[in-house]
Amino acid sequence: MKTSKFHTQNIRTPEGVVFSLLLASPIVRMLAWLIDALAITAATTLLQWLLLMLIVISPDFAFALWFIIGFILTVGYSIAFEWLWNGQTPGKRLLRLRVVDENGLTLHFPQVVVRNLLRFVDQLPVFYFVGGTASLLNSRSQRLGDLAAGTIVVRQPRVAAPDIDEIGGAKYNSFSQYPYLEARLCSLITPREASLAASALMRRNEFEDTARLTVFRELAAHFQGLVKFPPEVTDDISDEQYVRNVVCSVYKLADKGAGKQ
Amino acid sequence: MIINLQKFIDREKPVWDELDALLVRIGREPYGSFDLEELKRFHYLAERTSADLVHIREMVTQAELQAYLESLVSRAYGEIQEKQASSMRFRPIHWFISVFPKTFRTHLRCFVMAVMITLIGCMFGGGAVLFDTEAKAAIMPFSHLHGDPSERVEMEERRDEIKMEGKAAFSTQLMTHNTKISILVLALGISWGLGSIILLFYNGVILGAVIADYLIAGEGVFLTAWLLPHGSVEIPAILIAGQAGLVLGGAMIGWGNRLSMKMRLRQIVPDLVTLIGGVAVLLVWAGLVESYLSQDHEPVMPYWIKITIGMIELILLFSFLGLSGRTFRRAKAGDILMAGDENE
Repeated sequence: MKTSKFHTQNIRTPEGVVFSLLLASPIVRMLAWLIDALAITAATTLLQWLLLMLIVISPDFAFALWFIIGFILTVGYSIAFEWLWNGQTPGKRLLRLRVVDENGLTLHFPQVVVRNLLRFVDQLPVFYFVGGTASLLNSRSQRLGDLAAGTIVVRQPRVAAPDIDEIGGAKYNSFSQYPYLEARLCSLITPREASLAASALMRRNEFEDTARLTVFRELAAHFQGLVKFPPEVTDDISDEQYVRNVVCSVYKLADKGAGKQ
Repeated sequence: MIINLQKFIDREKPVWDELDALLVRIGREPYGSFDLEELKRFHYLAERTSADLVHIREMVTQAELQAYLESLVSRAYGEIQEKQASSMRFRPIHWFISVFPKTFRTHLRCFVMAVMITLIGCMFGGGAVLFDTEAKAAIMPFSHLHGDPSERVEMEERRDEIKMEGKAAFSTQLMTHNTKISILVLALGISWGLGSIILLFYNGVILGAVIADYLIAGEGVFLTAWLLPHGSVEIPAILIAGQAGLVLGGAMIGWGNRLSMKMRLRQIVPDLVTLIGGVAVLLVWAGLVESYLSQDHEPVMPYWIKITIGMIELILLFSFLGLSGRTFRRAKAGDILMAGDENE
């Protein structure tokens, strides 16, 4: 298990499979905490209004409830949510953060309790100065509570299965007319270059128009440098189509248009 | 080598979708709702997706697909590699009468240390008040203790009825305040125990100063009747919180322990939760007693009753901490009763 400089934690399973967890930065964690602090304040204010009505009946009982529920809200909020929501509070859920065991395992209840009880030290003297400083100095952005409990806070952006149709395999791949050149392209292109081209096609709708033109022009120029296809194949196609042909050839994506030829 | 991505995705996507659905279900329901075949299937799907991840990383290096498979594998890994059932039922009575006292005894050395630190603080605070009467104002944080003890006793004993108004609020205020202090004593153990030691010492200084102040004024009986009913539980509870802080500090330092700090902390985390949980329960009792018994004095509440109750509480508490959860068994060769913790 090791931490890379790109704020990820790599975990190697007993079977030798390595996967990485994205560590949440102290700034994002602070934002999540602000959301939770707002939620606690809102709940406390609501409670105040409810207890004001109870004061008319029994002031003693109302204040007793105020102390108990106030304590439960401030101390128990994070413990309850992180336990019930598997490492998430409302603030963390909104920002797609999650507390996990530092070895990638599921959180245990004692870990949840200890990391939250140590907030009493992390928040000293004001606004989590101790915890914030600790997480800035720590390579895994752990505050003292995380260190004691053996936990880390990770980012879990929504990851959907890539849709290969986004590449646009439905169009006719003119490179397939020259199988020997296609084979040469496959042998010269690196997996990383192929992946980059596929990613660019899958994200084409996320680019601004000028950015998209620039990206595909540079990619096409690079691939043209690897293998020269005859002009009758390349002259009438755009840079984007050139890159699409490269990706379809390399990944052997089904040429849905081929059947119609 | 770059594989046929289309064929690969078409073949494996049903596997990933099925694993994703099972992971969502596991998040909603405990494992108890799964039958053996489903668990076996889950294990198979996770293993196959892991293999796909290796395959895609080595053969294709397709960033989006790799990120997706990593997210699936990391979620499945956390569930499969878990050693303990997270859905294990919590039994509060068993935990309090067995687990808590056992944990207390496991770390008895730290408790003795917490007692010693507090006693040194007591001697320091008592000595300061004894030799310098002006030290009282500097040491005691509570303004109601700054006055003359005899005047307070006279005022308290003038009351001729027990007032119930405000007692519920006062008791909950005491419970929550003392629990927060206890949590702080524990949490400061992360400073290699130094913070816990300072708080325990300071607590001892205040206690010693109050005791010396009342003894000098000849109000020993009042003091005993005032402090003993709730102090017999509250003070040990704070000492147990100090014990937990010292356990945490000990794990940070790691004297005589060859394990890494990470492993040492991992070992003691459940014990910290047990100790602070026990402290919270004790402080609920102490808050009730302090509010409903300790604040009433003679003539409405005879001192001998309060002192007797306090003594009984103290004996019961340490009998509970010392004996509860032990298993007694007869030695084979004789009739001598052997006592020990199950985990000893």
